[in-house]
Amino acid sequence: MNSIGEACNDLKKEYDACFNLWFSEHFLKGRHNDSMCAPLFKVYQQCVKKAMKDHKIDIQEVKKDILGTDKEKKHPPTS
Amino acid sequence: MPKFFSDTIIFNYNWDQVAQGFWKRYPNPNSKHVLTEDTVHREVKSGKLFTKRLLSKTNSIPKWAERFVTTKQVNIVEESIVDPKRKLLVTYTRNLGYAKVMSITEKVVYIESEEHPGKTVAIRSAWIDSQVRGFSRAICAFGYERFKKNCMKMVGGFNHVLSTLYPHHNILPSTHSTITAAAKLKDAAKNASELAKSKAAPIYASLHPNQS
Repeated sequence: MNSIGEACNDLKKEYDACFNLWFSEHFLKGRHNDSMCAPLFKVYQQCVKKAMKDHKIDIQEVKKDILGTDKEKKHPPTS
Repeated sequence: MPKFFSDTIIFNYNWDQVAQGFWKRYPNPNSKHVLTEDTVHREVKSGKLFTKRLLSKTNSIPKWAERFVTTKQVNIVEESIVDPKRKLLVTYTRNLGYAKVMSITEKVVYIESEEHPGKTVAIRSAWIDSQVRGFSRAICAFGYERFKKNCMKMVGGFNHVLSTLYPHHNILPSTHSTITAAAKLKDAAKNASELAKSKAAPIYASLHPNQS
């Protein structure tokens, strides 16, 4: 998949490939150290942040924590 | 009134496969509306992986709604938590912008199936809301129907990705595909009987020329 920033596509692909390998071979096997892809993530993030700004996307709104907090939507009462 | 939607689907893949496939589910033949996908936050906390992704999608809207929405693109935030120990993947997705016109929030819990070992259950809940005075009911009804329709496409797309990733996986018909197959058979049977009726009428008429 493409990145929102055209300039970030290559960085994203490199990072995604690293992440998918780490997720399968490390994380799911109980090894939680995530330093393996950290350098790639860092440069990719710098690129994406700029692209988000260019697209006038509210970064604070994107980064809001909702899942796992009491801001999650509630199921309607079953009656 | 906000509309609530829920359903449960079984994937014929084990939880580890579904969790790995989750990150690779775009692109797929049913995801042409998904334009971009970016990871914007990721960290491991107490053995769990927390991720936020930003997706942009094309926004198909009916003609009457064009007065409320002027853009053809919508941005979506997808939060997720992967707990490999409990074999639990939870996703929470919401649209950014136009949330007053129509907000669609979706939560999906992927867990190992207790009934069917080696399979994964996806429990989906969705909330469709609108705050446009005088139109919220119509917008919610439209959003609900569209969401319901898209659900089947999303599942189909995800299954396509899983079958590509795990081609040698022993695929048994899932509950969902069985239902679809049954519905298709029923349709086929109905069509056949209608065809038979339409063919039978002229035959009957030709045999009983005086009655027509």
